[in-house]
Amino acid sequence: MAMLEIVDFGKRFTIHHLGKTMNAIQSINLSLEAGEFIGIVGKSGSGKSTILKSIYRTYLPDEGKIMYDSERFGEIDLAQVSERQMLYLRKYEIGYVSQFLSVMPRTTCRQLVTNALLEMGESEAVAFEEAEKALAHFELDPKLWDSYPNTFSGGEKLRLNIAMATVKKPRLLLLDEPTASLDQQSKIKVREIIEKLKNQGTTLVGIFHDIEFMDGLCDKVYDMQKRQLTTTKEVVSYES
Amino acid sequence: MHEEPILQVRNLQKQFGTGCVECRQMETRKLVKNFCKSCGTVYACQNISFDLYPGEILGIVGESGSGKSTMMQCLYFDSEVSSGEAYINTPELVSNNVFEMSAQQKRSIRNHVYGMVYQNPVQGLKMNFSSVGNIAEKLIAAGNRNVGQMEETSKKLLENVHIPLHRMKEEPRNFSGGMQQRVQIAKALSNNPPILFLDEVTTGLDLSVQANVLDLIKVIQRDLGISMIVVSHDLAVIRMLADRTVVLLNGKIIEEGLTDQVLEDPQHEYTQQLVYSLL
Repeated sequence: MAMLEIVDFGKRFTIHHLGKTMNAIQSINLSLEAGEFIGIVGKSGSGKSTILKSIYRTYLPDEGKIMYDSERFGEIDLAQVSERQMLYLRKYEIGYVSQFLSVMPRTTCRQLVTNALLEMGESEAVAFEEAEKALAHFELDPKLWDSYPNTFSGGEKLRLNIAMATVKKPRLLLLDEPTASLDQQSKIKVREIIEKLKNQGTTLVGIFHDIEFMDGLCDKVYDMQKRQLTTTKEVVSYES
Repeated sequence: MHEEPILQVRNLQKQFGTGCVECRQMETRKLVKNFCKSCGTVYACQNISFDLYPGEILGIVGESGSGKSTMMQCLYFDSEVSSGEAYINTPELVSNNVFEMSAQQKRSIRNHVYGMVYQNPVQGLKMNFSSVGNIAEKLIAAGNRNVGQMEETSKKLLENVHIPLHRMKEEPRNFSGGMQQRVQIAKALSNNPPILFLDEVTTGLDLSVQANVLDLIKVIQRDLGISMIVVSHDLAVIRMLADRTVVLLNGKIIEEGLTDQVLEDPQHEYTQQLVYSLL
Protein backbone atom coordinates (compact mmCIF):
# COMPACT_ATOMS: atom_id res chain seq x y z
CA MET A 1 0.00 0.00 0.00
CA ALA A 2 0.91 3.62 -0.13
CA MET A 3 2.81 5.00 2.84
CA LEU A 4 -0.06 7.34 3.60
CA GLU A 5 -3.56 7.34 2.20
CA ILE A 6 -6.13 9.88 3.30
CA VAL A 7 -9.66 8.85 2.34
CA ASP A 8 -12.72 11.14 2.44
CA PHE A 9 -11.27 12.98 5.34
CA GLY A 10 -13.04 15.82 7.11
CA LYS A 11 -12.51 17.91 10.22
CA ARG A 12 -14.95 20.21 12.03
CA PHE A 13 -14.39 22.53 14.94
CA THR A 14 -17.15 23.09 17.47
CA ILE A 15 -16.71 26.43 19.16
CA HIS A 16 -18.88 26.37 22.23
CA HIS A 17 -18.94 30.04 23.19
CA LEU A 18 -20.18 30.92 19.70
CA GLY A 19 -22.50 27.93 19.56
CA LYS A 20 -21.09 27.16 16.14
CA THR A 21 -19.55 24.29 14.26
CA MET A 22 -17.13 25.15 11.50
CA ASN A 23 -16.07 22.88 8.69
CA ALA A 24 -12.33 23.22 8.33
CA ILE A 25 -11.83 20.63 5.61
CA GLN A 26 -14.08 18.18 3.81
CA SER A 27 -13.68 15.14 1.57
CA ILE A 28 -9.94 15.22 1.39
CA ASN A 29 -8.33 12.43 -0.62
CA LEU A 30 -4.60 12.15 -0.87
CA SER A 31 -2.14 9.35 -1.37
CA LEU A 32 1.58 9.28 -0.81
CA GLU A 33 4.09 6.59 -1.76
CA ALA A 34 7.20 5.88 0.29
CA GLY A 35 9.97 8.32 -0.60
CA GLU A 36 7.63 10.83 -2.21
CA PHE A 37 7.44 14.52 -1.40
CA ILE A 38 4.03 16.13 -1.60
CA GLY A 39 3.55 19.85 -1.32
CA ILE A 40 0.27 21.38 -0.22
CA VAL A 41 -0.49 24.93 -1.28
CA GLY A 42 -3.38 27.25 -0.68
CA LYS A 43 -4.51 30.48 0.90
CA SER A 44 -4.25 30.92 4.61
CA GLY A 45 -7.30 29.54 6.33
CA SER A 46 -7.85 26.99 3.59
CA GLY A 47 -7.12 24.09 5.94
CA LYS A 48 -3.57 23.14 4.99
CA SER A 49 -2.32 22.87 8.56
CA THR A 50 -5.50 21.11 9.61
CA ILE A 51 -4.52 18.19 7.38
CA LEU A 52 -1.05 17.91 8.88
CA LYS A 53 -2.24 18.35 12.43
CA SER A 54 -4.91 15.69 11.91
CA ILE A 55 -2.31 13.24 10.63
CA TYR A 56 -0.22 13.94 13.75
CA ARG A 57 -3.32 13.81 16.02
CA THR A 58 -2.83 17.32 17.31
CA TYR A 59 -6.36 17.65 15.96
CA LEU A 60 -8.90 14.92 16.58
CA PRO A 61 -10.07 13.61 13.20
CA ASP A 62 -13.84 13.61 12.58
CA GLU A 63 -14.55 11.83 9.30
CA GLY A 64 -12.79 9.48 6.98
CA LYS A 65 -9.58 7.53 7.25
CA ILE A 66 -5.88 8.29 7.47
CA MET A 67 -4.31 4.97 6.54
CA TYR A 68 -0.62 4.76 7.37
CA ASP A 69 1.74 1.89 6.66
CA SER A 70 3.57 1.64 9.96
CA GLU A 71 6.80 -0.26 10.42
CA ARG A 72 5.69 -1.37 13.88
CA PHE A 73 1.92 -1.80 13.56
CA GLY A 74 1.42 -2.51 9.86
CA GLU A 75 -1.47 -0.85 8.07
CA ILE A 76 -3.35 1.31 10.58
CA ASP A 77 -5.83 4.16 10.58
CA LEU A 78 -4.24 7.15 12.30
CA ALA A 79 -7.73 8.53 12.90
CA GLN A 80 -8.43 5.48 15.10
CA VAL A 81 -5.14 4.47 16.76
CA SER A 82 -4.88 4.68 20.54
CA GLU A 83 -3.15 7.59 22.20
CA ARG A 84 -0.32 5.32 23.29
CA GLN A 85 0.17 4.05 19.73
CA MET A 86 0.24 7.62 18.47
CA LEU A 87 2.87 8.50 21.07
CA TYR A 88 4.94 5.56 19.86
CA LEU A 89 4.60 6.65 16.23
CA ARG A 90 5.58 10.22 17.12
CA LYS A 91 8.65 8.95 18.87
CA TYR A 92 9.86 6.52 16.24
CA GLU A 93 8.12 6.98 12.90
CA ILE A 94 6.41 10.31 12.28
CA GLY A 95 8.09 13.69 12.70
CA TYR A 96 6.50 17.12 12.73
CA VAL A 97 8.18 20.44 12.12
CA SER A 98 6.14 23.52 12.91
CA GLN A 99 7.11 27.08 12.14
CA PHE A 100 7.26 27.77 15.85
CA LEU A 101 9.79 26.43 18.29
CA SER A 102 8.32 25.25 21.57
CA VAL A 103 10.93 23.64 23.80
CA MET A 104 11.94 23.17 27.41
CA PRO A 105 13.10 26.48 28.83
CA ARG A 106 16.78 27.03 29.50
CA THR A 107 17.94 24.00 27.60
CA THR A 108 20.79 24.44 25.17
CA CYS A 109 20.43 23.86 21.49
CA ARG A 110 22.84 20.92 21.70
CA GLN A 111 20.99 19.39 24.64
CA LEU A 112 17.63 19.67 22.88
CA VAL A 113 18.81 17.65 19.91
CA THR A 114 20.60 15.18 22.20
CA ASN A 115 17.41 14.79 24.28
CA ALA A 116 15.39 13.93 21.19
CA LEU A 117 17.68 10.91 20.74
CA LEU A 118 17.89 9.99 24.41
CA GLU A 119 14.08 9.85 24.48
CA MET A 120 14.26 7.21 21.77
CA GLY A 121 16.55 5.15 23.97
CA GLU A 122 19.88 5.96 22.31
CA SER A 123 22.96 5.78 24.52
CA GLU A 124 24.39 9.08 25.69
CA ALA A 125 27.56 8.75 23.63
CA VAL A 126 25.67 8.02 20.43
CA ALA A 127 23.08 10.72 21.11
CA PHE A 128 25.76 13.32 21.73
CA GLU A 129 27.66 12.44 18.58
CA GLU A 130 24.56 12.29 16.38
CA ALA A 131 23.32 15.60 17.78
CA GLU A 132 26.57 17.33 16.85
CA LYS A 133 26.40 15.82 13.39
CA ALA A 134 22.83 17.06 12.97
CA LEU A 135 23.65 20.57 14.16
CA ALA A 136 26.57 20.74 11.76
CA HIS A 137 24.48 19.23 8.97
CA PHE A 138 21.84 21.92 9.38
CA GLU A 139 24.56 24.55 9.42
CA LEU A 140 23.92 25.93 12.84
CA ASP A 141 26.95 27.91 13.89
CA PRO A 142 28.91 25.90 16.53
CA LYS A 143 29.04 29.12 18.55
CA LEU A 144 25.29 28.68 19.09
CA TRP A 145 25.34 25.07 20.19
CA ASP A 146 25.63 25.80 23.87
CA SER A 147 23.27 28.74 23.98
CA TYR A 148 19.52 28.84 24.54
CA PRO A 149 17.35 28.94 21.43
CA ASN A 150 15.08 31.76 22.59
CA THR A 151 17.87 34.12 21.50
CA PHE A 152 18.04 32.59 18.00
CA SER A 153 16.91 34.21 14.79
CA GLY A 154 13.83 32.84 13.02
CA GLY A 155 15.91 30.87 10.54
CA GLU A 156 18.11 29.40 13.26
CA LYS A 157 15.10 28.37 15.31
CA LEU A 158 13.60 26.69 12.30
CA ARG A 159 16.77 24.79 11.47
CA LEU A 160 16.97 23.65 15.09
CA ASN A 161 13.34 22.54 14.82
CA ILE A 162 14.13 20.52 11.71
CA ALA A 163 17.27 19.10 13.36
CA MET A 164 15.26 17.94 16.38
CA ALA A 165 12.70 16.22 14.18
CA THR A 166 15.04 14.66 11.63
CA VAL A 167 17.74 13.44 14.01
CA LYS A 168 15.22 10.74 14.96
CA LYS A 169 15.15 9.64 11.32
CA PRO A 170 11.37 9.57 10.93
CA ARG A 171 9.94 7.62 8.00
CA LEU A 172 7.30 10.28 7.48
CA LEU A 173 8.05 13.94 8.05
CA LEU A 174 5.36 16.62 8.20
CA LEU A 175 6.54 20.15 7.48
CA ASP A 176 4.15 22.91 8.50
CA GLU A 177 5.21 26.04 6.59
CA PRO A 178 8.92 25.55 7.15
CA THR A 179 9.72 28.60 5.04
CA ALA A 180 7.19 31.08 6.41
CA SER A 181 8.71 34.37 7.53
CA LEU A 182 12.21 33.48 6.38
CA ASP A 183 14.43 35.59 4.14
CA GLN A 184 15.51 34.30 0.76
CA GLN A 185 18.85 33.00 1.96
CA SER A 186 17.38 31.05 4.85
CA LYS A 187 14.72 29.68 2.54
CA ILE A 188 17.37 28.35 0.20
CA LYS A 189 19.08 26.67 3.13
CA VAL A 190 15.84 25.02 4.20
CA ARG A 191 15.24 23.90 0.63
CA GLU A 192 18.67 22.28 0.57
CA ILE A 193 17.89 20.53 3.83
CA ILE A 194 14.62 19.18 2.46
CA GLU A 195 16.39 18.03 -0.67
CA LYS A 196 18.92 16.12 1.42
CA LEU A 197 16.15 14.48 3.42
CA LYS A 198 14.38 13.49 0.26
CA ASN A 199 17.54 11.97 -1.16
CA GLN A 200 17.89 9.97 2.03
CA GLY A 201 14.49 8.41 1.32
CA THR A 202 12.34 10.29 3.84
CA THR A 203 8.70 10.58 2.87
CA LEU A 204 7.62 14.20 3.18
CA VAL A 205 4.42 16.21 3.30
CA GLY A 206 4.97 19.96 3.34
CA ILE A 207 2.85 23.06 3.43
CA PHE A 208 4.15 26.07 1.55
CA HIS A 209 2.95 29.56 0.97
CA ASP A 210 5.19 30.15 -2.00
CA ILE A 211 5.09 27.49 -4.66
CA GLU A 212 8.16 28.81 -6.52
CA PHE A 213 10.20 27.64 -3.62
CA MET A 214 9.11 24.06 -4.19
CA ASP A 215 9.59 24.00 -7.95
CA GLY A 216 11.43 20.88 -8.97
CA LEU A 217 11.45 19.46 -5.45
CA CYS A 218 7.95 18.10 -4.98
CA ASP A 219 6.76 14.97 -6.71
CA LYS A 220 3.17 16.19 -6.48
CA VAL A 221 1.52 19.45 -5.65
CA TYR A 222 -1.92 19.68 -4.18
CA ASP A 223 -3.99 22.83 -4.29
CA MET A 224 -6.37 23.49 -1.43
CA GLN A 225 -8.74 25.70 -3.41
CA LYS A 226 -12.41 25.10 -2.73
CA ARG A 227 -11.36 23.32 0.44
CA GLN A 228 -10.59 20.29 -1.65
CA LEU A 229 -7.47 18.77 -3.00
CA THR A 230 -6.86 18.66 -6.69
CA THR A 231 -4.12 16.41 -7.88
CA THR A 232 -1.57 17.43 -10.38
CA LYS A 233 0.47 14.55 -11.62
CA GLU A 234 3.53 16.61 -12.35
CA VAL A 235 5.05 19.60 -10.74
CA VAL A 236 3.33 22.69 -12.03
CA SER A 237 3.75 26.32 -11.39
CA TYR A 238 1.13 27.76 -9.17
CA GLU A 239 -1.20 30.28 -10.71
CA SER A 240 -3.30 32.20 -8.30
CA MET B 1 1.14 -2.87 20.69
CA HIS B 2 0.41 -4.74 23.87
CA GLU B 3 1.12 -2.63 26.89
CA GLU B 4 -0.05 -3.03 30.45
CA PRO B 5 -0.73 0.09 32.50
CA ILE B 6 1.38 0.33 35.64
CA LEU B 7 -1.57 1.92 37.44
CA GLN B 8 -5.27 1.53 36.68
CA VAL B 9 -7.78 3.69 38.51
CA ARG B 10 -11.46 2.83 38.24
CA ASN B 11 -14.47 4.83 39.47
CA LEU B 12 -12.64 6.66 42.20
CA GLN B 13 -15.17 8.53 44.35
CA LYS B 14 -14.49 10.84 47.23
CA GLN B 15 -17.20 12.74 49.03
CA PHE B 16 -17.11 14.91 52.12
CA GLY B 17 -20.43 14.49 53.90
CA THR B 18 -22.97 11.69 54.11
CA GLY B 19 -25.11 12.62 51.14
CA CYS B 20 -28.90 12.69 51.07
CA VAL B 21 -31.79 11.38 48.98
CA GLU B 22 -31.24 14.21 46.55
CA CYS B 23 -27.61 13.53 45.80
CA ARG B 24 -26.85 9.86 46.47
CA GLN B 25 -27.52 8.70 42.92
CA MET B 26 -24.69 9.88 40.74
CA GLU B 27 -26.75 9.94 37.53
CA THR B 28 -29.55 12.10 38.96
CA ARG B 29 -27.79 14.26 41.54
CA LYS B 30 -28.13 18.00 41.09
CA LEU B 31 -25.12 19.84 42.40
CA VAL B 32 -23.93 23.40 42.46
CA LYS B 33 -20.47 22.70 41.02
CA ASN B 34 -19.66 19.75 43.31
CA PHE B 35 -21.84 20.77 46.25
CA CYS B 36 -25.26 19.43 47.25
CA LYS B 37 -27.44 22.31 48.42
CA SER B 38 -29.79 20.09 50.42
CA CYS B 39 -27.28 18.37 52.69
CA GLY B 40 -24.00 20.21 52.15
CA THR B 41 -22.10 17.19 50.89
CA VAL B 42 -19.14 17.94 48.62
CA TYR B 43 -18.45 15.45 45.84
CA ALA B 44 -14.74 16.09 45.35
CA CYS B 45 -14.02 13.19 43.00
CA GLN B 46 -16.77 11.60 40.92
CA ASN B 47 -16.18 8.42 39.02
CA ILE B 48 -12.58 9.09 38.05
CA SER B 49 -11.03 6.39 35.86
CA PHE B 50 -7.75 6.43 33.98
CA ASP B 51 -4.66 4.38 33.13
CA LEU B 52 -1.06 5.33 33.73
CA TYR B 53 1.48 3.59 31.47
CA PRO B 54 5.11 2.74 32.21
CA GLY B 55 7.43 5.69 31.67
CA GLU B 56 4.75 8.20 30.80
CA ILE B 57 3.85 11.52 32.34
CA LEU B 58 0.12 11.97 32.75
CA GLY B 59 -1.00 15.56 33.27
CA ILE B 60 -4.02 16.46 35.37
CA VAL B 61 -5.38 19.96 34.84
CA GLY B 62 -8.37 21.82 36.16
CA GLU B 63 -9.27 24.94 38.10
CA SER B 64 -8.86 25.26 41.85
CA GLY B 65 -11.39 23.07 43.58
CA SER B 66 -11.79 20.68 40.65
CA GLY B 67 -10.57 17.74 42.72
CA LYS B 68 -6.99 17.41 41.50
CA SER B 69 -5.28 17.34 44.88
CA THR B 70 -8.03 15.26 46.51
CA MET B 71 -7.53 12.67 43.81
CA MET B 72 -3.77 12.60 44.47
CA GLN B 73 -4.32 12.32 48.22
CA CYS B 74 -6.65 9.37 47.64
CA LEU B 75 -4.15 7.63 45.38
CA TYR B 76 -1.36 8.17 47.92
CA PHE B 77 -3.62 6.99 50.78
CA ASP B 78 -3.40 10.33 52.59
CA SER B 79 -7.14 10.32 52.38
CA GLU B 80 -9.57 7.38 52.29
CA VAL B 81 -11.63 6.95 49.12
CA SER B 82 -15.42 6.79 49.40
CA SER B 83 -15.36 4.02 46.82
CA GLY B 84 -13.39 2.93 43.80
CA GLU B 85 -10.57 0.69 42.69
CA ALA B 86 -6.91 1.04 41.85
CA TYR B 87 -4.62 -1.68 40.55
CA ILE B 88 -0.85 -1.55 40.49
CA ASN B 89 0.81 -3.81 37.98
CA THR B 90 3.75 -5.19 39.95
CA PRO B 91 4.15 -8.94 40.58
CA GLU B 92 3.25 -8.62 44.29
CA LEU B 93 0.24 -6.37 43.87
CA VAL B 94 -1.30 -7.33 40.56
CA SER B 95 -5.12 -7.71 40.44
CA ASN B 96 -5.70 -6.55 44.01
CA ASN B 97 -7.62 -3.36 44.65
CA VAL B 98 -5.07 -1.35 46.63
CA PHE B 99 -7.78 0.84 48.19
CA GLU B 100 -9.06 -2.24 50.02
CA MET B 101 -5.69 -3.28 51.43
CA SER B 102 -4.71 -3.09 55.09
CA ALA B 103 -3.03 -0.01 56.53
CA GLN B 104 0.20 -2.00 56.71
CA GLN B 105 0.03 -2.98 53.04
CA LYS B 106 -0.74 0.60 52.07
CA ARG B 107 2.28 1.77 54.01
CA SER B 108 4.40 -0.76 52.20
CA ILE B 109 3.13 0.53 48.84
CA ARG B 110 4.03 4.08 49.87
CA ASN B 111 7.46 2.91 50.93
CA HIS B 112 8.25 0.80 47.89
CA VAL B 113 6.05 1.73 44.94
CA TYR B 114 5.05 5.37 45.37
CA GLY B 115 6.86 8.66 45.60
CA MET B 116 5.01 11.88 46.39
CA VAL B 117 5.98 15.49 45.96
CA TYR B 118 3.51 17.85 47.61
CA GLN B 119 2.79 21.42 46.58
CA ASN B 120 3.75 22.48 50.09
CA PRO B 121 7.16 21.06 51.11
CA VAL B 122 6.03 21.15 54.76
CA GLN B 123 3.82 18.15 53.98
CA GLY B 124 6.59 16.12 52.40
CA LEU B 125 9.59 17.05 54.54
CA LYS B 126 10.40 17.05 58.20
CA MET B 127 11.57 20.63 58.48
CA ASN B 128 13.59 20.04 61.66
CA PHE B 129 15.52 17.06 60.24
CA SER B 130 18.60 17.58 58.10
CA SER B 131 18.10 17.21 54.35
CA VAL B 132 20.13 14.05 54.31
CA GLY B 133 18.14 12.83 57.32
CA ASN B 134 14.91 13.36 55.44
CA ILE B 135 16.11 11.13 52.65
CA ALA B 136 17.47 8.55 55.11
CA GLU B 137 14.06 8.41 56.76
CA LYS B 138 12.48 7.29 53.49
CA LEU B 139 15.35 4.88 52.80
CA ILE B 140 14.92 3.27 56.23
CA ALA B 141 11.18 2.98 55.64
CA ALA B 142 11.99 1.20 52.40
CA GLY B 143 14.08 -1.35 54.32
CA ASN B 144 17.60 0.03 54.11
CA ARG B 145 19.80 -0.41 57.18
CA ASN B 146 23.38 0.23 56.06
CA VAL B 147 24.23 3.76 57.21
CA GLY B 148 27.23 4.23 54.94
CA GLN B 149 25.28 3.11 51.90
CA MET B 150 22.33 5.34 52.81
CA GLU B 151 24.59 8.36 53.10
CA GLU B 152 26.08 7.59 49.70
CA THR B 153 22.62 7.25 48.14
CA SER B 154 21.43 10.47 49.79
CA LYS B 155 24.45 12.37 48.53
CA LYS B 156 23.93 11.14 45.01
CA LEU B 157 20.24 12.10 45.12
CA LEU B 158 20.94 15.58 46.47
CA GLU B 159 23.59 16.06 43.82
CA ASN B 160 21.09 15.02 41.13
CA VAL B 161 18.69 17.71 42.27
CA HIS B 162 21.51 20.28 42.51
CA ILE B 163 21.59 20.74 46.28
CA PRO B 164 25.16 21.65 47.23
CA LEU B 165 26.55 18.85 49.40
CA HIS B 166 28.04 21.26 51.92
CA ARG B 167 24.46 22.10 52.87
CA MET B 168 23.15 18.55 53.09
CA LYS B 169 23.28 18.48 56.87
CA GLU B 170 21.18 21.63 57.02
CA GLU B 171 17.49 21.60 57.83
CA PRO B 172 15.27 22.29 54.83
CA ARG B 173 13.48 25.07 56.71
CA ASN B 174 16.58 27.19 56.04
CA PHE B 175 16.21 26.61 52.32
CA SER B 176 14.41 28.60 49.66
CA GLY B 177 11.13 27.27 48.28
CA GLY B 178 12.81 25.91 45.18
CA MET B 179 15.51 24.12 47.18
CA GLN B 180 12.90 22.63 49.49
CA GLN B 181 11.02 21.36 46.47
CA ARG B 182 14.17 19.76 45.13
CA VAL B 183 14.94 18.08 48.47
CA GLN B 184 11.38 16.78 48.39
CA ILE B 185 11.94 15.36 44.90
CA ALA B 186 15.20 13.73 46.05
CA LYS B 187 13.35 12.18 48.98
CA ALA B 188 10.51 10.96 46.80
CA LEU B 189 12.98 9.33 44.41
CA SER B 190 15.08 7.65 47.09
CA ASN B 191 13.17 4.35 47.08
CA ASN B 192 13.31 4.09 43.27
CA PRO B 193 9.52 4.25 42.98
CA PRO B 194 7.99 3.08 39.71
CA ILE B 195 5.22 5.67 40.27
CA LEU B 196 5.75 9.29 41.25
CA PHE B 197 3.02 11.82 42.11
CA LEU B 198 3.78 15.51 41.65
CA ASP B 199 1.18 17.93 42.99
CA GLU B 200 1.61 21.52 41.74
CA VAL B 201 5.37 21.21 42.19
CA THR B 202 6.24 24.40 40.34
CA THR B 203 3.49 26.58 41.76
CA GLY B 204 4.95 29.53 43.60
CA LEU B 205 8.45 29.07 42.24
CA ASP B 206 10.08 31.80 40.20
CA LEU B 207 10.65 31.12 36.51
CA SER B 208 14.32 30.31 36.87
CA VAL B 209 13.76 27.73 39.61
CA GLN B 210 10.73 26.43 37.75
CA ALA B 211 12.92 25.77 34.71
CA ASN B 212 15.28 23.78 36.97
CA VAL B 213 12.49 21.66 38.40
CA LEU B 214 10.89 21.03 34.99
CA ASP B 215 14.22 19.94 33.58
CA LEU B 216 14.76 17.66 36.56
CA ILE B 217 11.38 16.00 36.05
CA LYS B 218 12.09 15.39 32.36
CA VAL B 219 15.49 13.89 33.16
CA ILE B 220 13.90 11.61 35.76
CA GLN B 221 11.39 10.40 33.19
CA ARG B 222 14.03 9.83 30.55
CA ASP B 223 16.80 8.28 32.63
CA LEU B 224 14.79 6.34 35.21
CA GLY B 225 11.66 5.58 33.19
CA ILE B 226 9.45 6.45 36.15
CA SER B 227 5.72 6.90 35.49
CA MET B 228 4.41 10.19 36.81
CA ILE B 229 1.13 11.90 37.48
CA VAL B 230 1.65 15.64 37.33
CA VAL B 231 -1.08 17.85 38.70
CA SER B 232 -0.94 21.51 37.71
CA HIS B 233 -3.25 24.37 36.95
CA ASP B 234 -0.46 25.80 34.79
CA LEU B 235 -1.08 24.70 31.21
CA ALA B 236 2.41 25.75 30.13
CA VAL B 237 3.90 23.32 32.65
CA ILE B 238 1.60 20.55 31.43
CA ARG B 239 2.50 21.32 27.81
CA MET B 240 6.20 20.92 28.59
CA LEU B 241 5.89 17.77 30.67
CA ALA B 242 2.88 15.62 29.97
CA ASP B 243 2.47 13.04 27.20
CA ARG B 244 -1.25 12.72 27.85
CA THR B 245 -3.58 15.00 29.79
CA VAL B 246 -6.79 14.62 31.72
CA VAL B 247 -9.04 17.62 32.40
CA LEU B 248 -11.03 17.70 35.65
CA LEU B 249 -14.06 19.86 36.36
CA ASN B 250 -16.13 19.63 39.53
CA GLY B 251 -14.53 16.30 40.38
CA LYS B 252 -15.23 14.68 37.00
CA ILE B 253 -13.04 13.89 34.03
CA ILE B 254 -14.51 15.94 31.20
CA GLU B 255 -11.81 15.40 28.61
CA GLU B 256 -8.63 13.44 28.01
CA GLY B 257 -6.20 13.10 25.15
CA LEU B 258 -2.68 13.72 23.90
CA THR B 259 -1.50 16.90 25.58
CA ASP B 260 -1.06 18.94 22.40
CA GLN B 261 -4.46 17.76 21.19
CA VAL B 262 -6.18 18.79 24.42
CA LEU B 263 -4.52 22.20 24.20
CA GLU B 264 -4.95 22.83 20.46
CA ASP B 265 -8.22 21.06 19.72
CA PRO B 266 -10.11 21.03 23.03
CA GLN B 267 -13.52 19.40 22.73
CA HIS B 268 -15.28 20.37 25.93
CA GLU B 269 -16.64 23.85 26.52
CA TYR B 270 -14.75 24.20 29.78
CA THR B 271 -11.43 23.06 28.27
CA GLN B 272 -11.91 25.59 25.50
CA GLN B 273 -12.36 28.34 28.09
CA LEU B 274 -9.27 27.11 29.92
CA VAL B 275 -7.18 27.15 26.74
CA TYR B 276 -8.47 30.59 25.69
CA SER B 277 -7.21 31.84 29.04
CA LEU B 278 -3.67 30.71 28.25
CA LEU B 279 -1.27 33.63 27.98
